[in-house]
Amino acid sequence: MKKAIPGKLIIVEGVDGSGKSTQIRLLEKWLKYAGVPVYFTEWNSSETVKEITSKGKKKGLLTPITFSLLHATDFADRYERHILPLLHAGYVVLADRYIYTAFARDVVRGCHPRWVRQMYDFAVRPDIAFYFRVPVDVAFDRIVKNRPKLKYYEAGMDLNLSNDPYESYRIFQGRIVEQYESMIGPENFAVIDGTTDIEEQQRQVRQKVLETLPKSMFKNLQKEAPAK
Amino acid sequence: MKRASQARTLRFYGHGIPYVDDSEIKGRLIVIEGPDASGRSTQIGMITAHLEAAGHAVINVGLKRSELISEGILEAKRNFAGRKTLSLFYAADFADQLENKIIPALRAGYIVLADRYIYTLMAREAVRGISRRWSHNLFSFALVPDLVFYLDVEPEELVHRVFQKNAYLDYYESGADMGLSDDMFESFLIYQGMIAKEFRKMKKRYSLVIINGNRPIPEINADLQKRIDAFLASVQGKG
Repeated sequence: MKKAIPGKLIIVEGVDGSGKSTQIRLLEKWLKYAGVPVYFTEWNSSETVKEITSKGKKKGLLTPITFSLLHATDFADRYERHILPLLHAGYVVLADRYIYTAFARDVVRGCHPRWVRQMYDFAVRPDIAFYFRVPVDVAFDRIVKNRPKLKYYEAGMDLNLSNDPYESYRIFQGRIVEQYESMIGPENFAVIDGTTDIEEQQRQVRQKVLETLPKSMFKNLQKEAPAK
Repeated sequence: MKRASQARTLRFYGHGIPYVDDSEIKGRLIVIEGPDASGRSTQIGMITAHLEAAGHAVINVGLKRSELISEGILEAKRNFAGRKTLSLFYAADFADQLENKIIPALRAGYIVLADRYIYTLMAREAVRGISRRWSHNLFSFALVPDLVFYLDVEPEELVHRVFQKNAYLDYYESGADMGLSDDMFESFLIYQGMIAKEFRKMKKRYSLVIINGNRPIPEINADLQKRIDAFLASVQGKG
């Protein structure tokens, strides 16, 4: 009974420090320049929900199931309010992290994989899911260089992996990478090597996007580059 | 001091909570379900007093009572959040109380009296077109209670009890978000009828005990108390 959705959904996934946010922001700028109607959304950013989540994090009260449900609430709010209506209206929706972030993190935290997946089964599948692959050590160095202190949940301290936040973070991120790696085939990820130059990664991203979006969406590009 | 029972393990509906130690549960979980103004809180007050007089340690829990999350639900309603969003928010509120209140109390040997549980949430979702399979999976981390009562009150009777409490019908409890009728009174009757029907559908799957809630308060109380006492006597010392 579902109507065909005219819009396109492009999402990026990868651990913190994989460079995915830089890439999706560059993609957004390019699409806007090309006259494509774009909407950008990121994980854990619903106006209604994120305050509660951050309060719970500060108090250290969140159990894995509650943590998972609050992030699902945040996602559902953005999905029902923005993502789905905009896709129906023909927008290109860009999401910095999507349901796969929950599949990875919640499972590492100990939630049942099938429970998490069924909870998110209302979400449409992306037209392109970019996965930015980097070795844990590279991502770790990129993040730790810029941060004097890691937050409790960010470092996965609730998992009792190590008393040292940095060591805990490294183990936690390693487990998330394992989850991502296991999803590459089943979820049809477009893998981008996150250790190469920013420009090279962006070139691959744009090429994939050009192949996927209908030419008619690129209003300005058509004018600039007429078919030969 | 009477003991509710000896140590047992937690029983969950589905996937449960994989990381929770499910052993050494001594308490009992008893749920009273029913619409607003069905007399739930009155009954819970009376049952609590009776059980405490009999020497049991009792704790009351209910929906939308998580300190952390309840204000978020109110905010979400003010902002006209979507149906999946509200369902997940209520589930988060329930999860917070389950893990931080109910399970610790059961470990400590309390009788936990719950003023509503997952069934109200699932009924509300089902009448709003959310798939029962989805809701059932969502709440598969919930504990299976020892007893679940549903206070069944005719919508025509219920509406008068609401008006004795307040001079207005609650927006969501009347299903006003569903566009059932322009007339709030009529909308309330239709909506409460739909919810009651969902409860009857869930009866078998969730072992709900349907209690005729149209009777006077003392009569309902005697009925509930008799069933609870019989249950507690039957499990005394059995584990």
